[in-house]
This record gives sequence, C-alpha cells and structure tokens, in this order.
Amino acid sequence: MTAVPKDARTRAAGRARRPRAEPLVLLGPGLLYLLAFLLVPLALVLSYTIFKRGRFGGIVHEATGDNFTRAADPLYLDVLLTSVKLATMTTLLALAIGYPTAYVIARLPARWKTPALVAVVLPFWTNFLIRTYAWIVLLNSEGLVNSALTDLGVIDRPLGLLYTDGAIVTGLLYAYLPLMILPLYSAIERLDPQLAEASANLGAGPARTFLSVTLPLTLPGVLTGCVFVFVPSLGNFVIPELLGGGRTIMVGNLVRDQFLKARDWPFGSVLALSIVAVLIALLTVQAWAARRFSGEGDHA
Amino acid sequence: MRRARWAYGPFWLTYLFLYTPIVVLVAMSFNAADTPYSWGGFSTSWYGELSGDEAIREGLVNTLVVAAGSTALATVLGTLLAVGLARYPRLRVLAVLATLPAILPDLILAIGLLAFYSAVRATLGLHSVLLAHTVFGMAFVATVVRTRLSHSDTSLEEASRDLGAGPVTTFVRITLPTLAPGIVAGALLAFTLSIDEFVIAFFTAGPKDPTLPIVIYSMVRFGVTPEINALATVLLAVSFTVVILAQRLTRLTDSLR
Repeated sequence: MTAVPKDARTRAAGRARRPRAEPLVLLGPGLLYLLAFLLVPLALVLSYTIFKRGRFGGIVHEATGDNFTRAADPLYLDVLLTSVKLATMTTLLALAIGYPTAYVIARLPARWKTPALVAVVLPFWTNFLIRTYAWIVLLNSEGLVNSALTDLGVIDRPLGLLYTDGAIVTGLLYAYLPLMILPLYSAIERLDPQLAEASANLGAGPARTFLSVTLPLTLPGVLTGCVFVFVPSLGNFVIPELLGGGRTIMVGNLVRDQFLKARDWPFGSVLALSIVAVLIALLTVQAWAARRFSGEGDHA
Repeated sequence: MRRARWAYGPFWLTYLFLYTPIVVLVAMSFNAADTPYSWGGFSTSWYGELSGDEAIREGLVNTLVVAAGSTALATVLGTLLAVGLARYPRLRVLAVLATLPAILPDLILAIGLLAFYSAVRATLGLHSVLLAHTVFGMAFVATVVRTRLSHSDTSLEEASRDLGAGPVTTFVRITLPTLAPGIVAGALLAFTLSIDEFVIAFFTAGPKDPTLPIVIYSMVRFGVTPEINALATVLLAVSFTVVILAQRLTRLTDSLR
C-alpha cells in the first residue's frame, strides 16, 4: 500500500493523529463525482436558459431573454398553474387520508405496528409504471370501478373516469401516499399520549384537543410529508400522460417535450427552472413554518 | 387514552386503496380472456407469453447490469463520503451537496445529465444510465451510512491507531466492519431504486438499450395487454419477497446487536 510512509509518521507521532491526505482520500472521489455529474449538469441547464436554440436542436451561445418572455405566455403559465393545482390537490388528499392512517398505526399494539407500516410501504416497492397501469385497468369505462358502480345500481352507464384530472390526482395519490404516511407516523409516534389526556381532563373536547395539542406538535411531520408528496407530483410527466391521456398536460410534460421532441433545450431549461422556483418557494415556507412551530413545541 | 374512532374509516380506506389495484392485476394475470374486463377462466398462458418475450428479457438484463454497476460504484463512493463527512463535520455545505441528488426532482437531474452528456459529446448507452444512477445511489448510500455512523462510537478506531495500526488498516479492519449493516442497507436501497428508476433512464439511455422500466413504459403506452399483468405479478412477487426478507434480516441483526 502506498500509505506505508504515512503509517510510519502516524506511529512516530504516537497519538491518534490523522494523515494529511485523509480528507482528500475520503472526500475527494465522491465530491469529484458530484461535481461532474451533478453541479456541472445543473449549471449547464441554468446557463441554457439565456441562450438561443440552434436550428437543429443545439445551443447557440448568444445571450437572449426570449426564453423567459415565451414562458411568461398565458398558455405556459396556465400549465404551470394547473400543475401546482393538481399537485396541491394530491398533497391535501394524501394528508386527509394519511394523517388518520398514521394516527391509528402509531396507536396500534406494538406487535401490529411494523406489519401495518410494511403494508403501507410494500406497494411503493413495486414498479411505478405498473402501479400507474393498474389504474388504467381500474378506471377504464369497462373497468372495475365502473362495473361495480353499475352493478350496485349507482349509475346506469359507465362514467368517463379515465383521462380526467381526477384520474391524474388518483394516480399521483396512489404513487406517493406512503411518502406522506411515513413522516406523519414518526411524528405521531413520538407524541406523548398523556398530553391529549391532560387536555381532555382539563375539559377540552376531542376537536379542540386535536387542533390545539396534537396537530401543532405533529406539524413538522405534516410539513415533511407534504413536501415529499408535492415535489414528485409537480414534476411528474408519466401519470398525466398515461392517466390524463394528454388532455391535461403538466409542466413536466412540457419539459420532456422540449428536451426530447421539439429539441428546444433553452426553452425547456426555463420551464424546468420554473419547477425548481416553485420548489424553492415551498421549501422556504416549510423551513419558516418548522422554525416557528418547533419553538412552541419544545416543551413537549 | 381514548380510542380515535374517527380515524378508523380513513385507516381501512388507505389499505383498500393501496391493495385493490394490486389484487386486480394479480387476478387478471390468470385470466384466459385477452381483455382485462371479463373473466374467461383460469389460465397461465400469459406467463408463457411473458417468458418468450425477447424485449422484456433484454430490458431485464440491461436493468440488472445498470443496477449492479451503479450500486457497486455508489456504495464505494457513498461510504467514503459518509466517513469523510462524519470526520470533518465542519464541511456542512458538502453534507448538503451530498444529499442533494436524493431530494432533487428526477426530471431536473435527468435533463441536466442529458445536457452534460451532450456537452461532452458522450454517446448514450447503458454506461450513461449506469453513471447517472450512481449519482442518486451514492446520495442514498451516504445518507444511510451517516445515520449508522452517528450511532457508532469512535473509541475502537482510536484504540486501533494507538496500538499502531495505520489509517488504511484501521479503516479496513475497524471502520468498515462497524459500518457493514449500514453499507449493506444503503447498497440494497441503491439497487432497488435503480431497478425501478424510469425518468433518468428514459433521458440518458441509448435507443438500442432500453432498461426494463422503459420497455414497460412503451408497452403501457401502447395499450392494455394481459402480458403486463403477468409481468406485474412476477415483479410484485419478487419485491414482496425481497422486502419481507429484508425485514426479517434487520430484525435478526437487531436482535443480535
């Protein structure tokens, strides 16, 4: 090993002194990799936003603001707005169904907790495209949902469930619900049940106890879960394509098309930047809220 | 503590919602009829069709090559990075940088890597997917190993050095064995994520070497075919087995600790 002389030096020093090359050996390879395959690619995309597209899809290194003006067109803003709306709906639904679920799991007898959690995560470990495909089968006009509703006499002819915004939200919810439940579970699990008891003994009703004790104390988990669901929902292009049938497009579809079909990389980069901008805004709000409420929650 | 009755409805709804699609897919994979909407009797013919499908077999081989290669690279790089970051905790910016690929939306990483490969005039193929998957694999390995490091105590390493072992010997004989469970868990995570990864592979794979998710994507886009049900069932069985085995394994190591 080349490190032999260094060994000798360390030994001579007697104490546990570290060789000077250590940080380089440990951190060097990983950081170089991140520089080449993460920072340089992100910097490239950022720089493309101010360049012109080449005639055959390349980049012409000539500064322009056109890509931004084009993205400000109501047509594209509308797509961004729709994406934010669908991702928000998904997140709120996930919270509405995920919070009570996590609550029940956290209060289950110890031996049932792990199986219940594993059962939440299991579908998540199967192929994402197949999970989406399952909903094509279920929501189709001849699919299970429609035939069940017809058999029950709720409807007399099939509803057009597939290729709607509702189908997109269902698909997103199915894909990311576990990401909401896990952080909520760990937040609720840590909560001392005696706090709720104390609140009830002092005369607060269940609703009041929930709103002024349980919810504020589990808010960090709520925020983490919301970010975990919102982020992958916003940039998704597979689910809108397969379950939205191309009728509703999301900003991810636009980015995909600009990079792989229209080959207008500068414009695609601006659209991608808009996704990042929404996410940065969201993370800022999350950090602010977490800081504000963790101060109040310290005595827990 | 009083029972939260209000929460039981949504609780059962969650499991119904999560498992209905899975049950339907598995049931339909044994359906003799060639539409998923009517029952034509029990049959395993779709599994026969599946095993003869050249595109799927090729996609599976490609996926395994990418997952194995990127996991190996990611495990080495991620472990070194985690140990380095734990020993030099003042480099907090680097710690954030190392977890960034795990947080960044896959689409953003995908277009960035496509732009990068094009800028350095690299050809696209399995190697480009492998190198791309290494980026997020490394982030997950580093995160998992760092969690393990924060629980381990450094006195063994110090003792080893005091007794005259060099830094390499100490790393190989003390640090690595202590971290082994974390490294294995991180590697498993990187492998599973790579096998399932679609978006980054879609942008960085060459047209001649699609990974399995890309093959599935084109099948699904083409329309509903019962063969996908059979494939879904096989993949479900594999991941259920792996997850349950991993669960048993961690419980075993937990009890040994």
